[in-house]
Amino acid sequence: MNRRMIVHTLGRMLQLEAVLLLAPLAVALLYREPFVPFLVTAAAAALTGVALALVRPRTHVIYARDGFVLVALSWLFYSAFGALPFVLPGGIPHYIDAFFETMSGFTTTGASILPDPAVLPHGMLFWRSFTHWIGGMGILVLCMAVVPSLSARSIHIMRAEMPGPIVGKLVPRARDTAKILYLIYIGMTLVQIALLCCGGMSLFDSAVYTFGTAGTGGFAPVASSCGGLSPFLQITITVFMVLFGVNFNLYYLLLIRRGKSVLKSAELWTYLGVIACATGAIAANIAPLCATAGQATRHAAFQVASVISTTGFSTTDFNLWPGFSKTILLLLMFCGACAGSTAGGLKVSRLVLLVRMLRRHLQKMTHPRAVGTVKLEGKVVGEETQRGVTNYFALYALLLGGILLLLSLEPFDLETNLSAAISCFNNVGPGLGAVGPAASYAGYSAFSKLVLSFAMLFGRLELYPVLFLFAPSSWMRK
Amino acid sequence: MKIIIVGCGKIGTAILSSLAAEGHDVVAIDNQPAVVDAITDVYDVMGVTGSGADCDTLQEAGVAGAELFVAVTGSDELNMLSCFIAGKLGASHTIARIRNPEYNDSSLGFLRRELGLSMSINPERLAAVEVLNILKFPSAVKIESFSHRNFVMMELWLHADSPFAGARLSDLRQRFGAKFLICTVQRSGEVFIPDGSFTLQAGDKIGMTAMLGELTKLLKSMGIAQKRARDILILGGSRTAYYLAKMLAAVGSNVKIIEQDAAVCESLCESLPKAVVIHGDGTGQELLLEEGLTGMDAFVALTGMDEENILLSIYAASRNVPKVIAKINRDGMAGLAERIGLETMVSPSRIISDVLVRYARALENSLGSPVETLYQLMDGAAEALEFIVNGESDLTGVPLRDLPTRSGILIAAIFRDRKSVLPTGEDVILPGDRVIVIAKGRRLRDLSDILA
Repeated sequence: MNRRMIVHTLGRMLQLEAVLLLAPLAVALLYREPFVPFLVTAAAAALTGVALALVRPRTHVIYARDGFVLVALSWLFYSAFGALPFVLPGGIPHYIDAFFETMSGFTTTGASILPDPAVLPHGMLFWRSFTHWIGGMGILVLCMAVVPSLSARSIHIMRAEMPGPIVGKLVPRARDTAKILYLIYIGMTLVQIALLCCGGMSLFDSAVYTFGTAGTGGFAPVASSCGGLSPFLQITITVFMVLFGVNFNLYYLLLIRRGKSVLKSAELWTYLGVIACATGAIAANIAPLCATAGQATRHAAFQVASVISTTGFSTTDFNLWPGFSKTILLLLMFCGACAGSTAGGLKVSRLVLLVRMLRRHLQKMTHPRAVGTVKLEGKVVGEETQRGVTNYFALYALLLGGILLLLSLEPFDLETNLSAAISCFNNVGPGLGAVGPAASYAGYSAFSKLVLSFAMLFGRLELYPVLFLFAPSSWMRK
Repeated sequence: MKIIIVGCGKIGTAILSSLAAEGHDVVAIDNQPAVVDAITDVYDVMGVTGSGADCDTLQEAGVAGAELFVAVTGSDELNMLSCFIAGKLGASHTIARIRNPEYNDSSLGFLRRELGLSMSINPERLAAVEVLNILKFPSAVKIESFSHRNFVMMELWLHADSPFAGARLSDLRQRFGAKFLICTVQRSGEVFIPDGSFTLQAGDKIGMTAMLGELTKLLKSMGIAQKRARDILILGGSRTAYYLAKMLAAVGSNVKIIEQDAAVCESLCESLPKAVVIHGDGTGQELLLEEGLTGMDAFVALTGMDEENILLSIYAASRNVPKVIAKINRDGMAGLAERIGLETMVSPSRIISDVLVRYARALENSLGSPVETLYQLMDGAAEALEFIVNGESDLTGVPLRDLPTRSGILIAAIFRDRKSVLPTGEDVILPGDRVIVIAKGRRLRDLSDILA
């Protein structure tokens, strides 16, 4: 493994984090709040970054394994440093709590240990949500876009960080692809901020809510999440949650006027179809609890969009809903949104592939000599990719079981532990029972918080990078 | 610049790796998904799976905005068709690999015109030309000519008994009474552009430029002049072998070709009446000896396998064949073969990537003083480039010693009115001149890039 290159790149990544920390620093200055926490953290990240970057790689060549380890390490370091501002006076007293909160931010989970986030000063609230925005599109993709080429083989880094079964490039060079993705991301973010401002929200709140939506994170500046917002704002956020769950490649195709291929996307239609069906079912189910059918639909649509895009905002405490609605939401947590978006979960394209492979397998059982292929978006999916999807699914189930087992040491009921594990693993945020949208993760022990933090990291990076980070074989001199 | 390459075989990969390293946006098309995956893992290019003659595939690769379209699949017909379609779909310049002798011998101009090709490339033929040039000057390991035909760049190894070993460059020209310039020196893996105080050592590989006549004079006074190779044994009946044998026959050399496929032997026999074609396994040393390997002037290994070529060339060298040349397509192999004592190698993939890199640079810089000829020297560590000076600029009319050139740049020659000047500090560059520049570790697009 090219350790020198990994350490060197890690150094550059930390320098970038120091620069990113200047944003909350500016907010803190603007609101005349203590800015020292951010200054100290930025300095620490910058110094460590410079020190690590002093390690000169002998060669810039990296392989798939280096890409995985580099990505996992970068995310760990980002969270470890990103948690520091909260620990310094005026924020979250315990480092583990701050680490959980930051990891939840970067992985765009939105699970919080704060019963009422409004106690935090503006600078910290901003940083908390800003981590969503950075983590949404990926920190190494950001690094690729702004730092001159890391390596000709940076596709390995991109593949390790971008979600989905198949990661391709939009344009020939990885760096240009990263730039395009970020430009689309920034553009959509600005549009949403503008719309929220039009709806009467203050600029600060608009930014914080938008960061939560864009990264499909879900940190809100108040305990009631989106409950206190006007219907217009709730609908705007619903639409954008759905939009940020769409594969960004499709936006690029729209930009280069190849709209026809967008309309042919099976993943997109499945995604929208699932949202429509789930909304209809839940709206019918909760209608007796709401004043009007319109209100029921609005709440249903918001919660469905929030959960399927793995954002985790809420307009109402869905913990109080009937069992049928809660079960649909729990299942949607697994589903997740499209590959190549900022969302977590299994991803719709994987599920579509799984169903098609299953169908093909059943066909093969009844007609043993039948020849058939599995297609996705009009292209034949190779055996290798198919095996990848089934293996991913198996690993996913195993890890989820492991996390649940570790959590079950806590004195909570099964519904709470199960939903907490599913919610964090799929980067959603709120769960059911004692970790419902109206509650927080504050009741868990430090050990469980660490377990959940890693569950979030596993989920965001799609299992393999973190797995290889812990695999002894990655670190042996071989 | 956006470039599409169809076909990712040995040649295609060599081209896309050098063009991607030049900073171009490269899209690679191949009909095998595994090949496309392997390519995109290693090089920073986009991969598209499909046929190069399929409109949908070409459109997915963005053919309408492509400035250069290169088709180098194994099939000439597919290459021509792909280029034709790409041209119709909006690619500005199209280049096809056409290597079948049937197309190359008579109808090439017609095909090129009617299909709207900007250029056709034939790696096998170019490799044969390079081998032929070396056989004319067997002391060289590499010899390249520029647009002025009699001016060449030659690379050779300095053996322990060479009179150059231990000499300072500033003393050499007087001592040997010939006009030449040593441009590059490769010593234990490092490349230098030497000045007058540089001292040569045995084991160096040097590159020098001179007029052909001067070079002959120099090699004679060095005592390493070899007469042109006349009896040549070629191993492998590939297309390169066909072109080489044809050219050698035309200059009156005796050619013997060993090939193990009977059908190939037959067709070679038909098309090359003057050559002796032997049917047999050339990897068997007995056969080589039986066919008079030891009495040959030169042995050229042109089979499709790099490994076979290397091993049998080393065997031939051990049998004291005066000149041994191996065809090697993979760059890594060349370095390895050099370490185990093989001196002269010809690489079709490198020749072709030189041609395309030059073409792409000239396209990018069609207004300034574009690159006319480009050769990679010393395994790609340095380049020799020929520029035509278009119009007045900061460069023209200034004595060379006053030009603020960058480090690693050497002006090797200036041609004016068909005469060459070995430049000194007082010489100037004038509009209309052709200038040959040696550059180390830089990619020059325009002559003005040599200025600091």
